[in-house]
Amino acid sequence: MRITQGTFSFLPELTDEEISLQIDYALSQGWACSVEFTDDPHPRNTYWEMWGLPMFDLHDAAGVLQEVKACRVARPQHYIKINAFDSVRGFETMRLSFIVNRPDDEPGFRLTRQDGPGRVQRYGLSSYAGDRPSGERYAPAR
Amino acid sequence: MNCAQLPDVDLAALYRDSGIGDVLAELDRDLVGLAPVKTRIREVAAHLLVERARDSLGLAGGAPTLHMCFSGNPGTGKTTVALRMAEVLHRLGYVRRNHLVSVTRDDLVGQYIGHTAPKTREVLKRAMGGVLFIDEAYYLYRPENERDYGQEAIEILLQTMENQRDDLVVILAGYAARMEVFFESNPGFRSRIAHHITFPDYDGGELLDIAERMLATMHYRFDADSRRAFADYLALRSRQPNFANARSVRNALDRSRLRQANRLFATAMQGGAPIDAAALTLIAAADVRASRVFAEPLAASNGIPASSHATRAALAPPG
Repeated sequence: MRITQGTFSFLPELTDEEISLQIDYALSQGWACSVEFTDDPHPRNTYWEMWGLPMFDLHDAAGVLQEVKACRVARPQHYIKINAFDSVRGFETMRLSFIVNRPDDEPGFRLTRQDGPGRVQRYGLSSYAGDRPSGERYAPAR
Repeated sequence: MNCAQLPDVDLAALYRDSGIGDVLAELDRDLVGLAPVKTRIREVAAHLLVERARDSLGLAGGAPTLHMCFSGNPGTGKTTVALRMAEVLHRLGYVRRNHLVSVTRDDLVGQYIGHTAPKTREVLKRAMGGVLFIDEAYYLYRPENERDYGQEAIEILLQTMENQRDDLVVILAGYAARMEVFFESNPGFRSRIAHHITFPDYDGGELLDIAERMLATMHYRFDADSRRAFADYLALRSRQPNFANARSVRNALDRSRLRQANRLFATAMQGGAPIDAAALTLIAAADVRASRVFAEPLAASNGIPASSHATRAALAPPG
């Protein structure tokens, strides 16, 4: 099951040219881009790992794309996303975030049910991949 | 491929549409002298145009490398030209963005082990799509210290210059003799830089022209007398040590402005008439001739008496 998080996630995979156009748009708005990756696809997992520091003072997409490519080489079977941070007062948050790399095989999520007091049913999501330890979720440990 | 079947390309029309003519005319107008530099820019422009024409016929030859090295004596306009280079290359359509990142050793080389690589990469990323200008590039390499981190920065630079030629133009600048030493110890650098441009010294007429332009931008002017005085000044000054071409001209003009202000002030204090705009903008011959350069023994034959400045001149560099 293909996970859909962030912008453009219902579209077909973006090509590198399309990604750099999006980065160019973010940079033209004055947003600082950063690259993050994870192998825990749960939608509530908001703390992805940083690939290097956020990149400030960039003018061209080539610099960000270079980091994306380096991250893809190092983590080919991880989710990788680009964040664009707006530092303007009042926003001070991510304005754009989209996935640029995903594992070849995404097994999806199972619905978990929990009985609460008084026959209350609580529902939760857990990913099949998440059963394995981090680092081995989408590819055999090397 | 049968070339006879391909359509013709009107190079003259391409030239008109691209606006390259304006760029070159502007350079000619704004920069005094510097014939080899202008020739090289013209060559690059022609080449990029021809490449575009070839592209339209599917005769792709790959983008040319435009990494450059500017070498020349102090004050010959290396930095000025480099700053304009980003704009020129952008208008020629070679770089995507009209921006230039100007760095020196401090911005590239770190202070401890493991600090240099991220620092250099960050600078390179910032310069992507435009021009990276490394002033005084020979400081990157310190032969006397073999553990110097400069070597690491050089390696990353070389790698990026080779692999990301489409994204970045690197311009090195420095004094000719020291750049020569730098390239001898880093042969990889010399071969990766396609254009070695030497900036010649300006001659007297060009220096005077530069002086007039500097004055015009600062809303000052010479009259006939002071122009002659300044030409005399340049003739004397250029024979002295530490002459730094246009930079010396700028310094001399700055000092003349101080003397002009002092003269106007002194006149006013002695109850002179109110001064008008013409007097405020004029650098008089006396303002120029008061320079220490005229007071030195070299200038004694000019008939200007040596003053008490002579003792100070012996201690300070000539001005």
